[in-house]
Amino acid sequence: MASISDHDTPKRRGFHPGMLLSDTRYRGLTFQFIALIAIICIASWLGWNLMRNFAAAGLNFSYGFLDNPANYDINQTLIDYTSRSSHLRAAIVGVINTLLVAIAGCILATLIGVSAGVMRLSKNWIVARLMSVYVEAFRNVPVLIWILIIGTVVTLSGGAPRDFLTRGGSVEPDRGLFLGSFAFTNRGLYAPAVEVGPGWPIVLGALVAGIVGFFLWRSHVKRTLFNSGKLLPVWPSWVILIAPVVIAELALGSISFIRPDVAANNFNIQGGTLIGKPFIALWLALSVYTGAFIAENVRAGILSVSTGQTEAAAALGLRPRRIMNLVVLPQALRVIVPPLISQYLNLTKNSSLAIAVGYADITATLGGITLNQTGRAIECVLLLMLFYLVISLTISGVMNIYNASVALKER
Amino acid sequence: MKTTVFLGTASAAMLVAGLAGAQTLSDVQERGTLNCGVSTGLTGFSAPNASGEWEGFDVAVCRAVAAAVLDDPSAVEFVPTTGKTRFTSLASGEIDLLSRNTTWTFSRDNDLKFEFAGVNYYDGQGFLIPKELGVTSAKDLDGATVCVQTGTTTELNLADFFRKNNISYEPVPIETNGEAQQQYIAGACDAYTTDASGLAATRASFENPSEHVILPEIISKEPLGPLVRHGDSEWGDVVRWTLNALVAAEEYGVTSANVQDMASAPGDNPEVNRLLGTEGELGAMIGLDNDWAVKAISAGGNYGELFARHIGEDTPVGLARGLNAQWTNGGLLYAPPFR
Repeated sequence: MASISDHDTPKRRGFHPGMLLSDTRYRGLTFQFIALIAIICIASWLGWNLMRNFAAAGLNFSYGFLDNPANYDINQTLIDYTSRSSHLRAAIVGVINTLLVAIAGCILATLIGVSAGVMRLSKNWIVARLMSVYVEAFRNVPVLIWILIIGTVVTLSGGAPRDFLTRGGSVEPDRGLFLGSFAFTNRGLYAPAVEVGPGWPIVLGALVAGIVGFFLWRSHVKRTLFNSGKLLPVWPSWVILIAPVVIAELALGSISFIRPDVAANNFNIQGGTLIGKPFIALWLALSVYTGAFIAENVRAGILSVSTGQTEAAAALGLRPRRIMNLVVLPQALRVIVPPLISQYLNLTKNSSLAIAVGYADITATLGGITLNQTGRAIECVLLLMLFYLVISLTISGVMNIYNASVALKER
Repeated sequence: MKTTVFLGTASAAMLVAGLAGAQTLSDVQERGTLNCGVSTGLTGFSAPNASGEWEGFDVAVCRAVAAAVLDDPSAVEFVPTTGKTRFTSLASGEIDLLSRNTTWTFSRDNDLKFEFAGVNYYDGQGFLIPKELGVTSAKDLDGATVCVQTGTTTELNLADFFRKNNISYEPVPIETNGEAQQQYIAGACDAYTTDASGLAATRASFENPSEHVILPEIISKEPLGPLVRHGDSEWGDVVRWTLNALVAAEEYGVTSANVQDMASAPGDNPEVNRLLGTEGELGAMIGLDNDWAVKAISAGGNYGELFARHIGEDTPVGLARGLNAQWTNGGLLYAPPFR
């Protein structure tokens, strides 16, 4: 359309205001400008109205409360936090908890989703049907319901921590710790805590060296295969990965495990690491729910790869698993990754339902307790929106970079 | 042009809506119903009964105010609120009155811009714990997991109590009393903390109430009362004096049974006469009919009757009057004079 009108008016005629409406070249711009003005007007009117109502109610708009002591405790804190810490610190604790469950959720959801998606295409009737049931059941029930269901199941499936307790050695416990170190209770999973002693930088260095060596060996194997056609064994890469860190640890003994202590307290197992029930419930619920959507994306991606590719790979003598890993999945990724991004975003945003199982995410701390105790609703909600916006845009950004790397290279 | 008119009208309407709220009394009278915020369910204080009608000690305050203002104790629209949503509901004008075991604190009164109309229950925070744990004092709770309703003063008191006593605990934040009950019964927490009255109410709804004890320590002052928005003193006065009328009625022996009788003609006690409108013009001063207090008392009875019916010792909740006795009986209830 535009190009045709360009051809029709080869000569540049003088501009007059009437052309803003009559000329197709300018009309679009005119309307966009009017729309922009209207949006600015509405937004500023809403803001003005907000300020006016604030003033009418005798309130002010201020973030000063963030420096005040929060005065409440949080059950999962990955950084130092006490009830005397500031509201800002409580918000940061919430941010970290949100990021933790979002990242762990995205990883697990991807694993579940890719497996379920591949298995749904399996020729094994039972496996394929089971995966259909999984996908349909989880995709079609709201995630909040799943969070509540899984939260209840986790609560009811574990025993009470006091079943494990010896109460200072005076009582024979009903249950013993699994391997002397693990206890699955209705408050979460108790596991040994890792404590590092002197010499830990050396052990860490050995670990990093192992990881680097692992990849170096593998690329060496690949290069040799491509250059000379000789296939070197792959297993030494595992030795390279594990050996340095094991040797360093045996030599220095800087890492020790602290086992959960069942004798110290009358209520709970002390010491060790507690992976809390709220986290477990939320993490599992978000992962299996989002996994169902990812499974469908994966299935669509695999189906988009023409069967000719599979047949050609089979004709070359590749085994089915290798066909999937080397031929089908790399091509399917181009279809899978874009919708996968939005699933990651959904999972992150759905993590705001955390309070349903008592998980202290940003919505529960800043948008819940802080908001409620300070009454600063507008301020807290604006901060929350900003946080989710930044997180979502970051995830999209990172995933778009990844997508660009797997997308079809057009030249 | 049409769009401009529409936008203009819409903005004018929204402005009016935004600035309304200084005349709650006339709004309620015009609407014909009172929007009253209550809890989502706490036996004895506010919970729907078997036939779906809201009843309880806090609900009775709503009904008394509705009776005084609208002459109809059933003209109440109950809005269930959680600890988290209650203040937003009140501040936004969704409800006219919040009667939901809410603690009167300095910051809620001044920072959140609310006006507490008085205290209808003097409470304190306690701990509920299974008897089998053998705990006799809250100071023995070191290391315990404690369920607490989020967005309440109890959450803050809990943190203070454990910090002050230098013992540790693990909080489990819960949205509603119902969920907290479920978590506590499932053993996800060792103890449940809220106002002692709430604990008694919660325990009353258990299958085996005798297997649970409320620890003797009361770790805070929790004066619970109805509240309204700041800046509408007329409406605040209506709620405050309706509550005072219920308290005064008990003090002077006016009950739901004899109130009509006593209001039919002036009696010997001038204070009662003024309360019941047979003498003086107190009703007009507060912008209501002269028999407003009669209607409020008729709705469910005086303070003592309401207490006995909903949370008293003969109910499953089984609370003693304690601090909530009349000042003449050594309690804190003390209605200012009606004159």
